[in-house]
Amino acid sequence: MLNGIPINYYIMLSAILFIIGVVGVMARRNAIIIFMCIELMLNAVNLLLVSFSTLHNDASGQVFVFFIMAVAAAEVAVGLAILSMVYRHLKTVDIDLLNRLKN
Amino acid sequence: MKGLFIIAALGILAMLAEIFKFKKVLYPLVLVGILGAYAANFTEWNNTLNIPAFSNMIMFDNVALVFSGVILITAFFWFILANDYFEHDHITDHFALVLFSLVGALMLTSFSNMTTLFLGVEILSIPMYVLAASQKRLVVSNEAGFKYLIMGSFASGFLLFGIALIYGATGSFDLMEIRSYITQSNGNMPAFFYAGVVVILAAMSFKVSAAPFHFWAPDVYEGSPTVITTLMITIVKTAAFAAFMHLFLVVFGKVNDVWGMVLACIIALSLVISNVTAATQTNVKRLLAYSSISHAAFMLMAILANSRPWGSINSVLYYTLAYSISSITAFTVLYNVAKNKNSEEISAFNGLGKKHPLMALCMVIALFSLAGIPVTAGFFAKYYVFSVLVGTTYKWLMVIAILASLVGVYYYFKIIIAMYFKHDESHEPIKIEFSHVLLMIITTLITLAIGIVPGYIVEIFG
Repeated sequence: MLNGIPINYYIMLSAILFIIGVVGVMARRNAIIIFMCIELMLNAVNLLLVSFSTLHNDASGQVFVFFIMAVAAAEVAVGLAILSMVYRHLKTVDIDLLNRLKN
Repeated sequence: MKGLFIIAALGILAMLAEIFKFKKVLYPLVLVGILGAYAANFTEWNNTLNIPAFSNMIMFDNVALVFSGVILITAFFWFILANDYFEHDHITDHFALVLFSLVGALMLTSFSNMTTLFLGVEILSIPMYVLAASQKRLVVSNEAGFKYLIMGSFASGFLLFGIALIYGATGSFDLMEIRSYITQSNGNMPAFFYAGVVVILAAMSFKVSAAPFHFWAPDVYEGSPTVITTLMITIVKTAAFAAFMHLFLVVFGKVNDVWGMVLACIIALSLVISNVTAATQTNVKRLLAYSSISHAAFMLMAILANSRPWGSINSVLYYTLAYSISSITAFTVLYNVAKNKNSEEISAFNGLGKKHPLMALCMVIALFSLAGIPVTAGFFAKYYVFSVLVGTTYKWLMVIAILASLVGVYYYFKIIIAMYFKHDESHEPIKIEFSHVLLMIITTLITLAIGIVPGYIVEIFG
């Protein structure tokens, strides 16, 4: 029980957000939207960690969230750099056109 | 631990080299530094004072030290192979990226907290994304880096979700506390704990490129620069397996009824898919990429057989060492052939047996080792995996594994046939640097030596 709301509700909400992110990564074709969906996955995890952290009355879960935020920022920085390189070659960010490497 | 510090310091030094203009001495400095880190590892052997360190975040026990040793020695050979990769501009950036990803690899061998697991995975992966895309003018390299990034961060998302669920159940990120929680609760864990274990299993299978999470691997390995591919399938694989082993043998070993069958299915799928697809490949790099998925399945088999944990650790250790060393030989030959012929197809190897007998011989021994033919290290690696698996309920996997190895022999022999029985139209000789010849000979000798006297490594623990 967290502020009168059962912990399962938090888990459900995070799982739903996470699954929306996963489906987005798999279904969408625009690279920028895929990045946003990955961020959504990570934020679902952050929500879950924060609620568990409050449940257990333990600060380490919240500290972990900071690590996730920092790493996600680093990942997006690298990702956008690579993406802009891809865009310079192909003039598009549609990942269906990234098919030079196929059987 | 000192090894980790030395490598991190080298990484920082590499970035300073740009400012203080000592780029010329950086390469020998890094080689010496890696050997120094390797030696520093030895001084910590059987040392119980320093473990665990940093509020139980990192623990360099003997298992971690041995796996770090494998990673560092592979890194040393890799730097010799990659000498001309570092000759163009941005040399300091590339050095720093490789060294920092080595730091991540060493963290993955020694983590004792979920935080260091996550940070290790990311410190290893983020530089690798950049390195995969480092041939800026080639679209394939960009594509490889991009795919690696998307798939890598996707897998990290799953890893984090699993970690969060396990944290929810246990209230701790500390591996020892999670382990004692599993022992104490005696099977009365909440459902989301089991979900967490399975999600982490999926994420780690992504990282070690086991089927059905392997689809990114052949594309990424083919598109990246050859030396970076070598780095990925040796050091990154070894580190990922050390982490996988630590998690599933030591921490989740008690709940193997949850993940055992899932992992067995992953292994069976990887063996079948990788070997059948590899048999149809004509690009050697892509072929070796598929074969690396098959080798991943073999190493997972050793982790699956957790009835004798020390036996499993020994056989994973032996397998990673044998596989890394043989891969370095194979990729040294491939790199030089591809550079001379400007092609990575099997046909580029035509007539190599006549043109450069030494190179062809080293390649044959490396391929024998990868295929698992006796006397080479690869044979004993597979043999020890089977010997730990035989006492478990997963014996049926051995049948699939042996059939898969037979298919493996077929596609490795395609390269050998091209080298010895096919004729090459062009008469240009194959040029190879002296340092690469030396590297090839040394790694081949190691492959043979640990194949002939495997005892020292397979009995190191337990």
